[in-house]
Amino acid sequence: MNRHLLSIHDVSAQEIVRILDTAESFREVGSRVIKKVPALRGRTVVNLFYENSTRTRISFELAAKRLSADVINFTTSGSSVSKGESLKDTALTLQAMGADAIVIRHSSSGAPLTLTRWVNGSVLNAGDGTHEHPTQALLDLYTMRDRLGRLEGLRVAIVGDVLHSRVARSLSFALAKLGAEATLVGPPTLIPPDAPAWGVQVSHDLGSVLPKLDVCYMLRVQTERQRQQYFPSVREYARLFGLTRDRVELLPEGALVMHPGPMNRGVEIDSDVADLPRSVIEEQVTNGIAIRMSLLYLLLGGSAPHAGADA
Amino acid sequence: MDDADIRRALTRIAHEILERNKGASGVALVGIAARGDDLARRLAGEIERIEGSAVPVGALDITFYRDDIGMRAEAPEVHETRIGFDITGRTVVLVDDVLFTGRTIRAALDALVDFGRPTAIQLAVLVDRGHRELPIRADFVGKNVPTRKDEDVRVCLAETDGQDAVLVQEPAGSRMGDGG
Repeated sequence: MNRHLLSIHDVSAQEIVRILDTAESFREVGSRVIKKVPALRGRTVVNLFYENSTRTRISFELAAKRLSADVINFTTSGSSVSKGESLKDTALTLQAMGADAIVIRHSSSGAPLTLTRWVNGSVLNAGDGTHEHPTQALLDLYTMRDRLGRLEGLRVAIVGDVLHSRVARSLSFALAKLGAEATLVGPPTLIPPDAPAWGVQVSHDLGSVLPKLDVCYMLRVQTERQRQQYFPSVREYARLFGLTRDRVELLPEGALVMHPGPMNRGVEIDSDVADLPRSVIEEQVTNGIAIRMSLLYLLLGGSAPHAGADA
Repeated sequence: MDDADIRRALTRIAHEILERNKGASGVALVGIAARGDDLARRLAGEIERIEGSAVPVGALDITFYRDDIGMRAEAPEVHETRIGFDITGRTVVLVDDVLFTGRTIRAALDALVDFGRPTAIQLAVLVDRGHRELPIRADFVGKNVPTRKDEDVRVCLAETDGQDAVLVQEPAGSRMGDGG
């Protein structure tokens, strides 16, 4: 395995399968009374979050703690960053403190890659700008494989604000890598022009796509990243691209509804739809811990040089 | 050891487990992945044949409890753990194929107590090859096989390897030299 996980392009199809298989064992750990193993005792994992996050940060924190690593949470508010410290100086400080892994979320695409220039430990991308969110894609693959038994040939629609979605990019690349058939669905303004080069199909008609799916993956409408008007109104968006009660009936039996969270109930997904048995949104969260344990274990469990270890 | 030797050794160990624990009640078998869990299932079969009552069988992967994580180039490969019963209050017999340094058993003891508090833990191994690095001994041994420390002892089982056999091999380096 590569020392860092910055993008889905850092891992081969074979490595992805290994990550998912290892996560299987960690899910078993998560079902025990004592949900903790000593695998990463003495290692330090830093959560460096420049953007708000609840589930990803807590998920990484739990994953590291269940591996017995020490965890430091570094959020920008109330830290030296709010005093104007640069990413580089923050990185060098964490490096000097002996961080074995840095989990970074940043609003700028490429910030995790830049971080790798300054630190010896592993860097894990927990979402950078509109670039990638590889751990989310991996936990999604895990959830699909767990529920449907395979990934190859799965027909997956990724619906909504693809343009601003790092989840959509990572998931598209990962699905293409494992031989699944992904279709991006959304208004033309929210589908990136280079999307066909990702190895995916594009459609602007949700109703015609739904009957052929194994997985319908709804994206959050990211109003905070939209600096201009991409669609006339939220109501129109919900009517054309929202997964409504009526529309969800078009899905074949056994098809899953997924969402990376946090959901805008009533916008991209109806509240009732989110609570259907075929919605596996909470399972995605549970599986996220196992996937992040798997990644931390595989990245830190080898003898590649780490800040804390003698090289 | 060939398949008949292995079968006889497991039959004897099954009898010894029953004799030591005065029957099968309260006894559970936990095999250490990858070969130990197959042996544990076979032992359970023997015990059921002799005693007429089934004993619970589990599989334990000790990877996350190893003392050499971070010392090998790659993170060690992970196997499945499956203990579908409460070990608290039972006598757990750990089952492994080869007892060597004792480090695997040390890890298994740590792993096992995370699942509960057994009344007692006993150890059954098919082969004891010596060279212990920790104060650990087996309660039930199929065969003591004197070895050199650099030799490789390989247990093959029909379940995973297609046939039953215990092989003592020269270390990989010299074998390649001989063959070349």
